[in-house]
Amino acid sequence: MESRRNLLIVAAALLAVLLLTPHSGSYIIVLVTHALIFAILAMSLDILLGFTGLPSLGQAAYLGVGAYLTAILATRFQFGLDWTFWPVVVMGMAIGAATAALFGLFSVHAGGVYFLMITLALGMCVWGLAYRWNSLTGGDNGIVLPPRPAFGIELADDVTFFYLVFGFFVASLALLYRLVKSPFGRSLVGIRENELRMRILGYNTWLHKYIAFIIAGGFGGLAGVLWAHAHGLVSPEDVVLATSVDALLMVVLGGAGTLVGGAIGAGIVVFLREYLSTLVPWWQYVLGGVYVLTILFLPGGLMSIPERIRNRRARSAGTGETRAPQSASS
Amino acid sequence: MDLNFWVIQTFNGVSYGALLFLLASGLSLIFGVMRIVNLAHGSFFLLGGYVALTVIWTTGSWLLALPAAALVIAVVGMLMERVFLRPLGFDPLRQVLLTVGFAYLFQQAALDIWGGDNLDIVPPAVLKESAVIGGFYFPIYRVFMIGMALVVGLILWLAMEKTRVGAMVRATVDDSEMARGVGIDTSRVSMLIFALGAFLAGLGGVVGGAFLGVYPGLDFAILPIAFAVVIIGGMGSLTGAAVGSLLVGLADNFGKALFPEISYFTLYAPMVLILALKPTGLFGRE
Amino acid sequence: MWMSVKRVFSWGVLVTGLALGLSLGGESEAAQELRIGFLAPTTGIFAQIGKDMTNGFQLYLDEVGGDFAGAKVKFIVEDEEGKPPVAVRKAEKLIRQDKVHMFIGGLLASTGYALAPVSTRLKTVYIASIPAADDLTQRDSAKYPYLVRTGWTSSQPNHAFGEWACQQGYKRIAAIAADYAFGHEVVGGFQKTFEDCGGRIIQKIWPPLGTIDFGPYLPTLKKDADAIFTLMVGPMSLQFPKQLASAGIRKPVLGGGTSYDEFVLPSMGDEVIGHISALQYSAALDTPRNAAFVKKYRAKYGKVPSYYSESNYSTAQMVHEVMKKTKGKWPGAEQFVKMLSAVKLETARGPVRIDEMKNPVHNIYIRMVRRKKEHGYDKDELWNTVIKTYPNVGQFWKYKKEEFLKQPVYSRDYPPCKYCE
Repeated sequence: MESRRNLLIVAAALLAVLLLTPHSGSYIIVLVTHALIFAILAMSLDILLGFTGLPSLGQAAYLGVGAYLTAILATRFQFGLDWTFWPVVVMGMAIGAATAALFGLFSVHAGGVYFLMITLALGMCVWGLAYRWNSLTGGDNGIVLPPRPAFGIELADDVTFFYLVFGFFVASLALLYRLVKSPFGRSLVGIRENELRMRILGYNTWLHKYIAFIIAGGFGGLAGVLWAHAHGLVSPEDVVLATSVDALLMVVLGGAGTLVGGAIGAGIVVFLREYLSTLVPWWQYVLGGVYVLTILFLPGGLMSIPERIRNRRARSAGTGETRAPQSASS
Repeated sequence: MDLNFWVIQTFNGVSYGALLFLLASGLSLIFGVMRIVNLAHGSFFLLGGYVALTVIWTTGSWLLALPAAALVIAVVGMLMERVFLRPLGFDPLRQVLLTVGFAYLFQQAALDIWGGDNLDIVPPAVLKESAVIGGFYFPIYRVFMIGMALVVGLILWLAMEKTRVGAMVRATVDDSEMARGVGIDTSRVSMLIFALGAFLAGLGGVVGGAFLGVYPGLDFAILPIAFAVVIIGGMGSLTGAAVGSLLVGLADNFGKALFPEISYFTLYAPMVLILALKPTGLFGRE
Repeated sequence: MWMSVKRVFSWGVLVTGLALGLSLGGESEAAQELRIGFLAPTTGIFAQIGKDMTNGFQLYLDEVGGDFAGAKVKFIVEDEEGKPPVAVRKAEKLIRQDKVHMFIGGLLASTGYALAPVSTRLKTVYIASIPAADDLTQRDSAKYPYLVRTGWTSSQPNHAFGEWACQQGYKRIAAIAADYAFGHEVVGGFQKTFEDCGGRIIQKIWPPLGTIDFGPYLPTLKKDADAIFTLMVGPMSLQFPKQLASAGIRKPVLGGGTSYDEFVLPSMGDEVIGHISALQYSAALDTPRNAAFVKKYRAKYGKVPSYYSESNYSTAQMVHEVMKKTKGKWPGAEQFVKMLSAVKLETARGPVRIDEMKNPVHNIYIRMVRRKKEHGYDKDELWNTVIKTYPNVGQFWKYKKEEFLKQPVYSRDYPPCKYCE
């Protein structure tokens, strides 16, 4: 039915990406890999925003801690460059989750704008530390990572790395999908819709939100680990406010509360930032324009377009007869 | 650390705080009245500097640039509010994203109009001197910044406390539904406040232009600091903006001088602490 | 049957004719395309510098009509915004998408450290015309076989400068420098030779890169220092001397070359007159070659060339030299690196050759800011007048290479601040 068909569409799209990318240009492979990593970040944010109703302006912080952990382990301790890559992945998720657990204590009780502000502030703290804690993070210089890990397969090869990232993306998508379809996920939506009612029904809404926050942080950390290896360089620029804002845009552009919407949004934003910026100097007009137009005219994001078309068709089917020419409505 | 160090650092902190007050007071008012997180505020600041430069280049008058640039930015802000923000209604997330979109548009436009170079606003020669009092050097421009903030702060306070319009604004901040209930046109108030906020930011940009320079990237660099002030001082409160800017100015100066390694942390940690203990900020109301 | 013979015959003629035509045409088609990627900040706080960099290279290209000994140059400029991660991203695009033969530039030392691994990973030539990060051609040089530096190392001019300062009689110097690799290495180089000669660095202050408000730092400057050594970059260079003067600090000021480089000098005022710095270039350098360069650059771009311009201009010159030897054919990355490292030229900054670690050996000029007329221009302007020349200075100064490489790279903590109070 509806969801079965959606699943098929998603699977087909994923298959297309998997098959087409390795045969595209070398730069496209890199771009798609970056987009997939940000898709994981966007999906983690969607859990908070789309499903729990918590708009976080600080998601980049978790990408940051995951990335910096990876970089520091790789350069200071030579750890994570062979099969030890896998423990690093786990550690990256753990540190993302732990940071979220700490930050969540400050932020989850707030709501709406205050939540925005607090998460913004916390994100800035992480940036400040990355920028000034020279001895640990290398400050402005950032940390340059050694070549990518090899454990039977050479991740240094771009196509191999793409497959790995793709695997993580699909796994994250699947896990998060299970999460939102689970009773826990449904109660998150309930909290988004009407927190008071949920509390009256006996749910510990704070705990639910807190756990969602931690889960989002964990997946953010995962994105960070992959990002460190994708880029080969970790710097304070990765945890700047604009990154968190971009993550928000990715979710809203694609469609909050749809999970895959975040992935689509990630693809578009990464394409704009990393590809369009090299073609034309006025790409920021496009970026800003996308923000403005999405907000004004497409509040449900791109994923809501099919539904809108269906609604419009249903409406006109309902009214049936010819409509008098009139000025465009809505 | 001798007496000179403490005197000068305090003076520097206060003068930096004065500049921040111009920037943050507008942001605080906008948030207080409209509950909008205006991420384009840094852009208003930067555009104020750019427009001031154009005024100076065409008329040669720095004095004229101050009100002229601020007014232009006020108009820009008003248009943005009227045409784009108003239709969204109360939706913090979408408002934030809209203001970010505009911030990017402004950044690109500024780049196209004024180019990518680092520019500098040159104040009249008299302001470039330093006053020597008791062996301490006090750059007159910093004194001017403090004076400017005091004058603006006073005018704002008088307007809020002593005028009818001010009363309407205060009412809207306290409880916008009640305000509407007693017949206050809150949407008019919102527009006024947004324009005022933009005006103050633009003015800050002109004043700051001689101090910080005018260059692409300044908008996003100054934004987090403005937020730090508003969060610490309290959203929607002028007193909060004043106290917050003073605290941030001093913390920033002393932090950089005494604890350079964690200087940004000394700025953002108090912010987090306040958020944890009193989310509405020191003087904020909820 | 007759028809098919005719057909075969006509096809044969056609094919032979084509083959001949192509092979003949082939000679003139040896004009290959040389794709050069260029990374410079065209937006952000260093946009002005980026423009100087690009203009310098472009000026040379225009002089030779975009033709390097038969190779048509395709010059692709990408904005790296003064941020290392952006530079890496753009470099990847240039190499993977545009298939450049080499990429040049990057601004910051930190960008150099970030771009070098890219050249190794993607086996593409990287010419570091500006990033002065010492280790790229020192302790890490083996890691980057595709990297050649045509600019300088941060410590190169400052080794000479430290010795000069000591000889002038300065004994106690307070240093204030931008807190990143470049700042650390500039101060480090200065400190090493200054202290080896008997001087003392009594203080090191590190404002973050991009600081514009020096309010927190100026009052902490030690009152009893003989002089102040400053290393400023970009917008910092403009603001620091102004605020120093406003704070009433009247000590002699010595600076790293970028503190007074011509990219910012025209916007400065009388507060910098008398300030001294050391670098491998000055627009005021009074040689016929430089005078011609300055006049051409100024006529075209409306401002005096900075070292950022010169470095890229002479880089273009060097690439051209190599292409002349290969008659316009791309010799492959490894061979190109070898040939570029063997280059020896007279450039606008003076004689330049590349040492065995792929870093230039050139003159170092001690310059003082003076307001005067130069190069026949009839206005009094600020120039970095050359007051002393150290000829043919390499990156190791007078130290033996092995000895030098044994010590750690200059950093925030090296050389240690033994005399800091």
